Amino acid sequence: MKITVADVEYVARLARLALSKAETELFAGQMDAILGYVDKLNELDTADVRPTSHAVPMENAFREDAVNPSIGVEKALANAPDRVDSFYRVPKVIE
Amino acid sequence: MDIFELTIHQLHNELKTGAVSSLEATKAMLARIESVEPHVGSFITLTPESALAEAEAADRRIASGEAHVLTGIPLALKDIFLTEGIRTTCGSRILHNFVPPYSATSWERLRDCGCVLLGKLNQDEFAMGSSNESSAFGVTRNPWDTTRIPGGSSGGSAAAIAARQATATLGTDTGGSIRQPASHCGCVGLKPTYGRVSRYGVIAYASSLDQVGPITRDVTDCAIMLGAVAGYDPRDSTSVRTPVPDYTAALTGDVKGLKIGLPKEYFITGLDRDVQESMARAIETYGRLGAEFVEISLPHTDYAVATYYLIATAEASSNLARYDGVRFGHRSPQAEGLIDMMTKSRSEGFGAEVKRRIMLGTYALSSGYYDAYYVKAQKVRTLIMGDFTRAFENVDVILTPVAPTPAFKIGEKTNDPLQMYLSDIFTIPVNLAGTCAMSVPAGFSALGLPIGLQLIGRPFGEETILRAGHAFEQATEWHTRKAEI
Repeated sequence: MKITVADVEYVARLARLALSKAETELFAGQMDAILGYVDKLNELDTADVRPTSHAVPMENAFREDAVNPSIGVEKALANAPDRVDSFYRVPKVIE
Repeated sequence: MDIFELTIHQLHNELKTGAVSSLEATKAMLARIESVEPHVGSFITLTPESALAEAEAADRRIASGEAHVLTGIPLALKDIFLTEGIRTTCGSRILHNFVPPYSATSWERLRDCGCVLLGKLNQDEFAMGSSNESSAFGVTRNPWDTTRIPGGSSGGSAAAIAARQATATLGTDTGGSIRQPASHCGCVGLKPTYGRVSRYGVIAYASSLDQVGPITRDVTDCAIMLGAVAGYDPRDSTSVRTPVPDYTAALTGDVKGLKIGLPKEYFITGLDRDVQESMARAIETYGRLGAEFVEISLPHTDYAVATYYLIATAEASSNLARYDGVRFGHRSPQAEGLIDMMTKSRSEGFGAEVKRRIMLGTYALSSGYYDAYYVKAQKVRTLIMGDFTRAFENVDVILTPVAPTPAFKIGEKTNDPLQMYLSDIFTIPVNLAGTCAMSVPAGFSALGLPIGLQLIGRPFGEETILRAGHAFEQATEWHTRKAEI
């Protein structure tokens, strides 16, 4: 096994996911199978290959630093699960 | 023929001569949706009221002589496109209540042409899937056989065309999500070159691979839709300034001397027999039309799925970090403290496939594994791109199947994610290379299921694949068959 239940629990914490015991076990098996499959990439010698992060060659995309209209507070907060005045409200941060 | 069966160009002619109004067309479409939707499940949200108002506005525009070819055409969008004031879910419970404050550029452009929006289409959650089964809003069924999947992730976009619930639709394609459902539902679907269409307002899955494209009844409609949405957008810094040609002008019907590459890695043993036969017939057809064939090799094909499932999941894990229950979307009501609120909101809001991909991507990016997985995959991506660059030195178009089999049964692959991932083996390399490709109807299986042909073009070679697809369509009748639903 490449992926243990402990690995899944660790990665879930990083990803801010709470998995049930059943989910954890299921994912351990499935991730193990998938990562076993992707190991085939190691058949290829890529020592001298540059990584590609983007398919189309591009320079930096600059624009004028101009002030444009924005959507405004009410529209921006319209989907807020909880708000107070012009702020998003969240549970206590410091415990 | 009923109004809801018409193509864009046919309906445009009816609208222009006044034989049909957009209001009549829109009402006919809404009635059609009502009658077949219980059997198909293409839509997540319907917008009949605004559609009728848009149709009336379109009729006024047509009467004033200011009509675009798309004015008054009723269409629908995958629910991944932000539509201001209209709920946009991306197939996820975490966005079940999200009403976007702005619209995607592609929808803005279609709206400016005077299109009528019928509603938002079902899809795999966050575009992660090949069957539409990962949607939080129910299964979409294949109109050709309702026990089968329509493909994914733009399954609703393809099913709606096959069931004649919209004249045209838009989808998105990260690893085959336009081409594979188009193939499974007997439609035309085109994934443009990365950068050809703005991604602004398209909910992100894997940003270096995502691209917007049309699903339509025929190649002419596909050219019309692509022309309307393509082009530079200052709000998407990866969109390119390459001018947008008149794609319909490329549809000459002439493929004499066109060099078509046949990659040996795509015509493997184990390919479904019906698919194999359809490809052989397609090659014959192109031969009769005067095209030339070149046997080519894309040697890194076999590594594409592995590469994709590292790059796409890594980008997804980063993109989906924004769903934290703070600013929009689902927030868990029973959380203690901020971190617990985020964790619970995400865990309640995301479905299994999305969680699985976030986990894989987080793992591939995590300390100690970044070089072994993520960077390794980016390097293999370079090799895969090189395969295509070399192939296109000798050929104009590459012809392959879209999928190794016709549409599979609902539930057949849900318990084995790796098998599900491998069904995208022929479409994924194109996204990694960033180039363009389309699916064109090319036959039916013994069970009557549609089979699509994939035409892959050079970067920004959309005109060539459209020309090749159109010539094939002119010489065959596959695209005229209709699902009995």
